Amino acid sequence: MEKQDISKLERQFQEKIDNEIKIEPKDWMPDAYRETLIRQISQHAHSEIVGQLPEGNWVTRAPNLRRKAVLLAKIQDEAGHGLYLYSAVETLGADREETIDDLHSGKAKYSSIFNYPSLTWADMGMIGWLVDGAAIMNQVPLCRCSYGPYARAMVRVCKEESFHQRQGFEIVTKLAQGTPEQKEMAQESLNRWWWPALMMFGPSDKDSKHTAQSMAWKIKRHTNDELRQMFVDVTVPQAELIGLKVPDNDLKFNEETGHYDFGEINWDEFWQVVKGYGPCNKERVEARKKAKEEGMWIREAANAYAEKRANRKKAS
Amino acid sequence: MSKKEWPLWEVFIRSKQGLSHKHAGSLRAADAEMAIENARDVYTRRSEGISIWVVESEHVSASSPSEAGPLFEPANSKAYRHPTFYEVPDGIKHM
Ligand SMILES: [Fe+2]
Ligand SMILES: [Fe+2]
Repeated sequence: MEKQDISKLERQFQEKIDNEIKIEPKDWMPDAYRETLIRQISQHAHSEIVGQLPEGNWVTRAPNLRRKAVLLAKIQDEAGHGLYLYSAVETLGADREETIDDLHSGKAKYSSIFNYPSLTWADMGMIGWLVDGAAIMNQVPLCRCSYGPYARAMVRVCKEESFHQRQGFEIVTKLAQGTPEQKEMAQESLNRWWWPALMMFGPSDKDSKHTAQSMAWKIKRHTNDELRQMFVDVTVPQAELIGLKVPDNDLKFNEETGHYDFGEINWDEFWQVVKGYGPCNKERVEARKKAKEEGMWIREAANAYAEKRANRKKAS
Repeated sequence: MSKKEWPLWEVFIRSKQGLSHKHAGSLRAADAEMAIENARDVYTRRSEGISIWVVESEHVSASSPSEAGPLFEPANSKAYRHPTFYEVPDGIKHM
């Protein structure tokens, strides 16, 4: 295509975006927009799938049948979220298996939060309350993302996330109002998860290289720091209400701005975990690889069964 | 051993009696029956459906966005197909 034609197409594309017209799979789009979406949506899909692992760790040890059924339903939802998103990636022309192999080779990332271990039952509560809570903050604006299939997948996801957060908050509340040992367990868990949850929003705006372009394309609607602030503002009063202390001595409500001021995030830790040196990075990727390799026979068996069924139909 | 990937299916769901099937998304499955079973798990975990259609994505023919202009143009000049095109005198009721 002539250079002139491309710049004309790019102008029309940006006009659509500026006028809040969604981009659909067969529409023309700049290569960089396509690549950004493939990267972002596939990493989002990986996060949903890898995110099942820390919770799966507690299914057999849930304290009672109700908690077990709820946890299973929550984890099953996360598998569903991964599937909606892998389908959305495919609409961009990406190969589903290749994107999954990129996760296994370490080329593709996923949310750094899932590289922390789930050590106690209280962590099941904390993950639902804080991790799904942070995910909601991120995902609600994505329902208005300029790419249609991603926005539609996010609408489905957001409808389901609210159950995730509430079941987690219920676990934390029960523990916080239980015996001193139970309350201590909840507090200890909050101490470990608070800062990694804040890191879920990504690097601070001054270090975020993709933010400006993603906002111009309306893939992103708020900056990382804006979303992080929104999360702190809604979550701190929830902690106070159930009698838990957010582990940040610099945390203080600022009357002037109407927002909470909070302490400096340990960005060294964040980058270490992103680069693969978190407590569970190796274990998580190994578990995913094993699932694909050891589950391969199921795909083959389904193909064989489909073939047999088709032959039987032909014969009859 | 076959390394054949499961084909892609488009999933349509009727949410309740009286409504039409609506596109819900897509998924992969080895054949149509399994696609319906997977669609049940992926798209109706909260009773969102009472009926599912699946069709292999490669069998869907679609109009092309770049030809949308000429394709849909004929309707643009026919405002008289809308009731608002007609003036109804004051005092006329039930029309
Ligand atoms: Fe999710
Ligand atoms: Fe969730």
